Amino acid sequence: MKFIDEFRDKEIAEGLIQRIRNNSSRPIQLMEVCGTHTVSIFRYGIRGLLPDHIRLLSGPGCPVCVTPNEDIDLAIALSRQKDVIIATFGDMMKVPGSTSSLQKEKAEGRDIRIIYSSLEALKIAKENPGRRVVFLAIGFETTSPTIAVAILRAKNENLHNLFFLNSQKRVPPALLALLQTKRIKIDGLILPGHVSTIIGTIPYQFIAREFGRPAVITGFEPLDILQGIWMLVKQIEENRATIEVQYRRVVHEEGNPIALSKIGEVFEKDESRWRGLGLIPDTGYRFKESYKEMDVRNFEVDVEPSREHPECVCGEVLQGIKTPLECRLFKRVCHPENPIGPCMVSIEGTCHTYFKFS
Amino acid sequence: MEFVGSECRRYKNCTEGEEFMSDEKILLAHGSGGKLSHDLVKQIFLPQFSNPFLDPLDDSARITNQQGWVAFTTDSYVVNPIFFPGGDIGKLAVCGTVNDLSMIGAAPAYLSLSLIIEEGFPVEDLKRIISSIHQTAEQAGVSIVTGDTKVVEHGAADQLFINTAGIGWIRPGVSLSGKNAKPGDYILLSGSLGDHEMAVLSQREEFRFQGELKSDCAPLNGMVGKMLDACSSIRCMRDPTRGGIATTLNEIASTSNVGMMIEEEKIPVRESVKGICELLGLDPLYLANEGKLIAICPSKEAERLLEVMKTHPLGRDAEVIGRVTGENPRRVILHTLIGGHRILDMLTGGQYPRIC
Repeated sequence: MKFIDEFRDKEIAEGLIQRIRNNSSRPIQLMEVCGTHTVSIFRYGIRGLLPDHIRLLSGPGCPVCVTPNEDIDLAIALSRQKDVIIATFGDMMKVPGSTSSLQKEKAEGRDIRIIYSSLEALKIAKENPGRRVVFLAIGFETTSPTIAVAILRAKNENLHNLFFLNSQKRVPPALLALLQTKRIKIDGLILPGHVSTIIGTIPYQFIAREFGRPAVITGFEPLDILQGIWMLVKQIEENRATIEVQYRRVVHEEGNPIALSKIGEVFEKDESRWRGLGLIPDTGYRFKESYKEMDVRNFEVDVEPSREHPECVCGEVLQGIKTPLECRLFKRVCHPENPIGPCMVSIEGTCHTYFKFS
Repeated sequence: MEFVGSECRRYKNCTEGEEFMSDEKILLAHGSGGKLSHDLVKQIFLPQFSNPFLDPLDDSARITNQQGWVAFTTDSYVVNPIFFPGGDIGKLAVCGTVNDLSMIGAAPAYLSLSLIIEEGFPVEDLKRIISSIHQTAEQAGVSIVTGDTKVVEHGAADQLFINTAGIGWIRPGVSLSGKNAKPGDYILLSGSLGDHEMAVLSQREEFRFQGELKSDCAPLNGMVGKMLDACSSIRCMRDPTRGGIATTLNEIASTSNVGMMIEEEKIPVRESVKGICELLGLDPLYLANEGKLIAICPSKEAERLLEVMKTHPLGRDAEVIGRVTGENPRRVILHTLIGGHRILDMLTGGQYPRIC
């Protein structure tokens, strides 16, 4: 097993597509929650292989895209403080804040460093004892355990100059909010594979129980996605609604108990602000009492009042209400070299994916 | 300091300078044009590069005039790290310019070599790089005929930057250009994609991947010569460096005002490269290559051209990867592994480290 080619087999793909075509009798809208799914769907041309009456909607599953402007502005304000080093995942660099971006601040000479793992922030803090290192803790449940581990290690090693701008997000309560708004008809959900590796299947049960919608936790290779869609079509045709797992090679019902315990040690549930969706209960984390000193929100810093481009529809794109093609800025003003909204920045952002592949 | 310059001439007959010690570092004075500059030239550059055009050490090299068209190109190299599996910044600086000349059907002849060195750079590393430049130039059959060295303060450059310019003689009757592709033509690729960019990325501190990654960095003029011998009707050649094959194909589709249909399953990518692409979320079609080329030729010539490429060591894995179409002008369409279609666009908004 090489875990790549086996999941891109043309014959198996054709078989799955045939099964979907033969069995799907009614028009349905399925939402892929995760940005990685959106990329894979476009990259392999999956939309064009499905019958016309199956419509795929892209959901809010790109952590960079859902980070609100005010958090970007806070990061920018912090970067302007002389003793601060910002450590961030590369995707955040280009995200436009209200008037600037981290990329522009870096060009102005601020010390902003791109890292690839939370633990690199720890290393930078150790190497720069005289300065405050701020890690932009952005991500869903997949990233949270690594952030928790960095915090636990910093505490353990008595590191007093590492801080976190906590803008982490939790997926299931956001799906709850999305289903509650009823602004969009969703007949089934393609659930994120890697978030589910951490949290398991139980947190999604409400989707079937309370909303009567089927959902399938799905992997990211083309065959995974086709099989996930097939499983959803089957449930819909059989009038069933359960939470199924397609991505069995990594997702277990109970999730990853060790990762969950690390998150639990450091964080507790809290409300969180999402771009486009607003403040949603339980969708974020706050520091537990004994780790509060690492929260950057205790810093005294002036942050500019937050504002967004009035014509940017990223908020509605994130909810699947609009596609990027319905945005007046898309491709005309807003493109990857000059992103107006965050969905055009992240490689997993819906606008970026539409721009690149269609 | 010009090493084909008056300073050198002045010192030409003086006694040799002190030998460089193995742990010695480049100092600002090595770029001052004085005694130390002279030592650098005499001891490190000249022994490697000596040739009748360079040896007079005049202010400019004199090269013989040829009949017909002359190709002239330049490129700067700032890759980080400067040593990587399969090559180094010196080898890259020769291959890059040799390949640019080759892609328009020129036989590369002469190269210039300019170095910008950061103060404190180890002399041992400089020697290694100069020797690599020498070997690669020999392999490509080109002479370094003129050059320059500057040393800048610590922090004003990152270790070593190189610029090379090159002159080549265009074969009579050959006119390769990105504007020549015609509907019905076949698109050939000389081998696996992404090897160079992945080899460089693998060496960066934040990744340190272990494995069989090796840059494909190589002078292509040998293979190009064979290809032109066999098939004089080649329309266009390009080496897909930064931006990868996706960007190169889009450039050609755009200048020739044609469409392209590419078969993803025909595109060779090594397992190791594929694996890291998955890990980092990269697409091999957008990764830089330094020893690969794309050729477009009339369909009836494709089989013969492919055969010629396959018999050359640098083209062993060559494939016909697609064809030029009249539909969808200026668009490249990828027929995906699972039978879907998607538009293959240029590289946009990438945040790439220094790979060449």
